[in-house]
Amino acid sequence: MSSVRDILSRLGGIPVGFATVFKTFFRKPVTVQYPEKQKPMSARFRGRHHLKRYDDGLEKCIGCALCAAACPSDAIYVEAAENNNDKRFSPGERYAKTYEINMLRCIFCGYCEDACPTNAIILEPIEFPTGYTREGMIYTKDKLLEPAPAGVQGTPQATPAGKFERAILPFPPIDVSV
Amino acid sequence: MGLEQKLGNMGVVTMSAEKAINWARTNAIWPMLFGLACCAIEMMSTQASNYDLSRFGMELMRASPRQSDLMIVAGRVSRKMAPVLRNLYDQMPEPKWVIAMGDCASCGGVFNNYAVIQGVDEIVPVDVYVAGCPPRPEALIDGILKLQDKIKKEPLTKWQ
Repeated sequence: MSSVRDILSRLGGIPVGFATVFKTFFRKPVTVQYPEKQKPMSARFRGRHHLKRYDDGLEKCIGCALCAAACPSDAIYVEAAENNNDKRFSPGERYAKTYEINMLRCIFCGYCEDACPTNAIILEPIEFPTGYTREGMIYTKDKLLEPAPAGVQGTPQATPAGKFERAILPFPPIDVSV
Repeated sequence: MGLEQKLGNMGVVTMSAEKAINWARTNAIWPMLFGLACCAIEMMSTQASNYDLSRFGMELMRASPRQSDLMIVAGRVSRKMAPVLRNLYDQMPEPKWVIAMGDCASCGGVFNNYAVIQGVDEIVPVDVYVAGCPPRPEALIDGILKLQDKIKKEPLTKWQ
């Protein structure tokens, strides 16, 4: 049983509640209108993968499959093939003929990025993969590979013999004369 | 809906009815709470004020399957959870849709073992897959927008 005094003391809560309402009423809303606007993301955010190219249009990926070995969820499948000077895809002996990433398996940890000896695969904060089918979520090389820079021929290219013998250039000799 | 099956295709009437019904369905999808793991945290933050799913007509996360249209499976589904998930899906009224949110619900993700279902589409039909581990709220919203596109194109006579 509540007395009149009890009820009056409870009524004191009402102005407190309204004060909170009016305080937030004049505050700027925090909602981001997502599809139109986007919150700025950290430059280190790991979004979906991109296969990079050199400035001369050759692919950076050499098909070594170290990314596939490093992948904790076995999301990457790489099949390499031999380069030759008439049809060159990447510097060095081999290139990735098939490069597939199952976006649904991938956990975007960035280990492939760390493992890559030529910095060919980069996870960039751009888009979020969604799809209607599981098959469509397996991203093939034509989806992953970025287009050749403007004014440069893409791959395959015909290159002079002896120019792209090695995939990775050896380190210059270390100067030990102090 | 019933009526169009009785009357058959009535040309422009059926077409505009289809458009109106799909418009209504698109803009009032009530998702069911189905948070199973870490993806549920992102689902909550999609619902919260920063990303605010109510902008897309998804005001209410229903705790009851009887009142929901969309099941967002957020998280890994273990073998023991699978019959429960199927049961809840069966209890949802038609029309109903499923979003597999995150890697584990979509195909098992890193958990490639005997305890986890390798993709929730083994037990329920999935409409949209959202990749990410867990997906950001933006990714889930992208998935929901894709689902809305799909609903807009759905013909009426699918649920005979």
